[in-house]
Amino acid sequence: MARQTPLLDIKGLTKHFDISGGLLDQLGVEKGRLVRRHTTVKAVNNVSLSIQPRETIGVVGESGCGKSTLARVILGIYPPDRGEIHYKGKRIDALSHEAMLPYRKKMQMIFQDPYASLNPRMTVKRTLEEPVRFHYRTLTGREVGDRVAEVMELVGVDPKWAGRYPHEFSGGQRQRISIARALMVDPEFIVADEPVSALDVSIQAQILNLLMEAQAKRGLTYMFITHDLSVVKHISSRVAVMYLGAVCELAPTGKLFQAPRHPYAQALLSAIPRLGEKDPKHVKLKGEVPTPIDLPSGCVFHSRCHYAQDICRRDIPLLREIDDNHDVACFFPIQ
Amino acid sequence: MGHLLEIQDLVVKFGLRFGDLTAIDGVSFTLNKRERMGIVGESGAGKSVTGFAIVNLLSKPGYIHAGRVLFEGIELNRLSDEEIRKVRGNRISMIFQDPMMTLNPVLTIGTQMTETVLAHKEMRKTDAMDLALEKLKKVYIPSPEKRLSQYPHECSGGMRQRIVIAIALLTNPSLIIADEPTTALDVTIQAGIMDLLIELCETEDMSLLLITHDLAVVSQVTEKIAVMYAGRIVESGHTDDIIHTPRHPYTQGLIKALPGALEAGSRLNQIPGMMPTLTDIPPGCPFHPRCSVGVPRCGTETPILMSVNDRNQMVACHALRRP
Amino acid sequence: MSAWERFRQSYLLHSFKRDPIAVISFVVLMALITVALSAPVVAPYNTYDAATIDIMDAEIPPSWMEGGDRRFSLGTDIQGRCLLSTMIYGLRVSFLIGCGAVVVQALIGILVGLFSGYFGGRTDALLMRITDIQFAIPYLIVAIFASAIFKLAFGVGRYEELAVPLLIIIIAVSHWPIYARTVRASVLGEKNKEYVEAARVIGLSHRPIIFRHILPNTMTPVLVISTIQVAEAVMSEAALSFLGLGMPITKPSLGSLIRSGFEYIFSGSWWITFFPGALLVIFVLVILLLGDWLRDVLNPRLYKG
Repeated sequence: MARQTPLLDIKGLTKHFDISGGLLDQLGVEKGRLVRRHTTVKAVNNVSLSIQPRETIGVVGESGCGKSTLARVILGIYPPDRGEIHYKGKRIDALSHEAMLPYRKKMQMIFQDPYASLNPRMTVKRTLEEPVRFHYRTLTGREVGDRVAEVMELVGVDPKWAGRYPHEFSGGQRQRISIARALMVDPEFIVADEPVSALDVSIQAQILNLLMEAQAKRGLTYMFITHDLSVVKHISSRVAVMYLGAVCELAPTGKLFQAPRHPYAQALLSAIPRLGEKDPKHVKLKGEVPTPIDLPSGCVFHSRCHYAQDICRRDIPLLREIDDNHDVACFFPIQ
Repeated sequence: MGHLLEIQDLVVKFGLRFGDLTAIDGVSFTLNKRERMGIVGESGAGKSVTGFAIVNLLSKPGYIHAGRVLFEGIELNRLSDEEIRKVRGNRISMIFQDPMMTLNPVLTIGTQMTETVLAHKEMRKTDAMDLALEKLKKVYIPSPEKRLSQYPHECSGGMRQRIVIAIALLTNPSLIIADEPTTALDVTIQAGIMDLLIELCETEDMSLLLITHDLAVVSQVTEKIAVMYAGRIVESGHTDDIIHTPRHPYTQGLIKALPGALEAGSRLNQIPGMMPTLTDIPPGCPFHPRCSVGVPRCGTETPILMSVNDRNQMVACHALRRP
Repeated sequence: MSAWERFRQSYLLHSFKRDPIAVISFVVLMALITVALSAPVVAPYNTYDAATIDIMDAEIPPSWMEGGDRRFSLGTDIQGRCLLSTMIYGLRVSFLIGCGAVVVQALIGILVGLFSGYFGGRTDALLMRITDIQFAIPYLIVAIFASAIFKLAFGVGRYEELAVPLLIIIIAVSHWPIYARTVRASVLGEKNKEYVEAARVIGLSHRPIIFRHILPNTMTPVLVISTIQVAEAVMSEAALSFLGLGMPITKPSLGSLIRSGFEYIFSGSWWITFFPGALLVIFVLVILLLGDWLRDVLNPRLYKG
């Protein structure tokens, strides 16, 4: 794949959340002395990623891996603690609210929960008009209305229902409306955070088809976050596997599913229930998933890895290219 | 030698202000000892309601309108509240999607487990604790002695679900009804729980009724499946038959809609429309508005389950077609 | 569907029609409010007009009793005023103060709750401590100090003129913390919801997010506590007037009527305390019953069942 200027370039992104609470919550007694304890959730740790225009990069991982936090940092909902985000070559992670506004038109998000992602007290019309009115103040009311109708048709919701409230729609329809909201400002890059996880299989197929059509028609770039590996296999060109805030493997979809090189990716892929597969060989991982509060030292996966050695306990492996376009963060990748 | 569980023409309704709505319309199936069966369907199909109806856990305004639930020969739907309590949690145990529906956050695990035992059997508290410990070991909980004095919030999601399974095992039930037990869990944890359930059915001489929307999970765990749509069973039979040679258009559509079925990047086969809600179930076959095959009868006459081969595969369709 | 159509088919109306207590309470409340607000028209006498009052008419029992006078159906109070008329005017005062106090305390409390919940951190800590301190000070103390200071500063005559606004402020200032806490709890729940994140991704600043998105979604609990707060405000005013800290004797409210009759109960003029007391109880009761119904109907969990 020719390396063009990436649409989005993320370097060394780190985000920790301080959940220490107030002063009284932090105080504790250790060995007879009063100490002040800080509790931080280390959600994203030194993540670097380049997203090419028009590609769909899938981000997979289990709960606590930091994929949702990564999405929100990229979109500027949380400022990163460390690292840089570049959009088409321009740095955007440290911009003021005003300077960021033009980029808000280019980057949008679709959320997981179709019931919480639409304001229950606003009609669909108001929800869809809001982003357009905000970014394109010169449009007349009529023009805004036309645009709303156009996008509603694109996502398959009858524009006649624009005056209804979210609770009058089904989960699948609400998700379509969410997609419409993201498309209203004509973005280039969309982060989809588990957009079909809460939907039934038959509706899931409809929404995935819709997303793929919209991408083809409008030349969109997607970052598709999910825990459902069969979905990600179908829709992504590249996949990043995350574990406890770090990317452990990044590869083109076909290659990853055929031969994962990181022990965690291997275990994860073996655990997916496959239709009609009797007697699956699940790779059983040792122990429990550690919390992002108490990150293990060295490689975050070492405590559960069957192949861990001393160096894995001490040093953090960096993501490096071991094959054509195939990056792994491991001292002993599987051959 | 009768069946362990036999459901005969079960009809469950909900008494709402507009009138009574039918949630389950004539569901019948059987389950034998040590058998693992799956009830598959999307949300709103009525599968959870079926599970709850078996042990009379339907919350108002739901009620059993007609039909029989026979468990070990006893008609459960005719039992009084007092009598069904002796069966529920004892001979039949339930596992829910959210372990916190079973676990009380303010009691230690040990207390909850001993409480469960003592509710159904008379024994000394220390014996009950020993029994609890034994069951925790059966579900492969690491350091089980420590767990007894811990609270649910000190355990991870997967651990909690294992504890719930251990509680379900305390009374040596003959049947476990599991309603979406792994839907809220991560994939790697899910795999472990499913393996555990299969193992326990064999070692503890139990049957499993697995209620889920996940076709892949059900295909790995169960021996027979019933596919539900809008309150009716539309297809049932051996798991392998249903997965590899589905005969009902809905089952076929469902399997084809799974992302794994096609080549990556291509358009997925989608079933147009949505499952009807309880208030607007169409006449005749409930699936016919979305069905690509159809004969005129589909709009007027509700199809009944009929055998399509000698391997006990049953389909409710007027336009039976080969896959 | 127009808004009226939507209302007519709504669950709210349906549930209301099926609940006899709610219907009766509503009817009674509407009747009382109508009577109270049209006091100058409805009441037989204008009790604020000193010219119509004759001290010789004092302590006349209700008309159906021995010694009663047909002019005064419920008798007269210690100053010779028609008790029925005074009760109607008194109800009006109670109602105005009740509603006024709730509007002011809601305004203060909602703003505090919104900012506290949304911004969190130090803002939250500071605002909540202020709320706690305000909550801890009994409204009686506030009333004692406020009215004493006011009377000292402006004189008793001015006090009588401005008693209603002053009482509204006193009760509002003492009671806004409950709105602040309720709204803050709602805001904490709403601000992490995805529609708020979506608003951020669009690029909206804090102000439209707080007022256009979050505020409307906190209104349900606000509505529920408002009915209780109206009842509470009415009772607070009655208590203050009873203790002599509220409405002056020239513009009595139900509370001050109860007080004035209190000293005369044992000398036989029981009606001066009894009738205003009964009216107050009925008024507060119907408000509370309606509030109960409203709380049940707006409770999302009960609604689903």
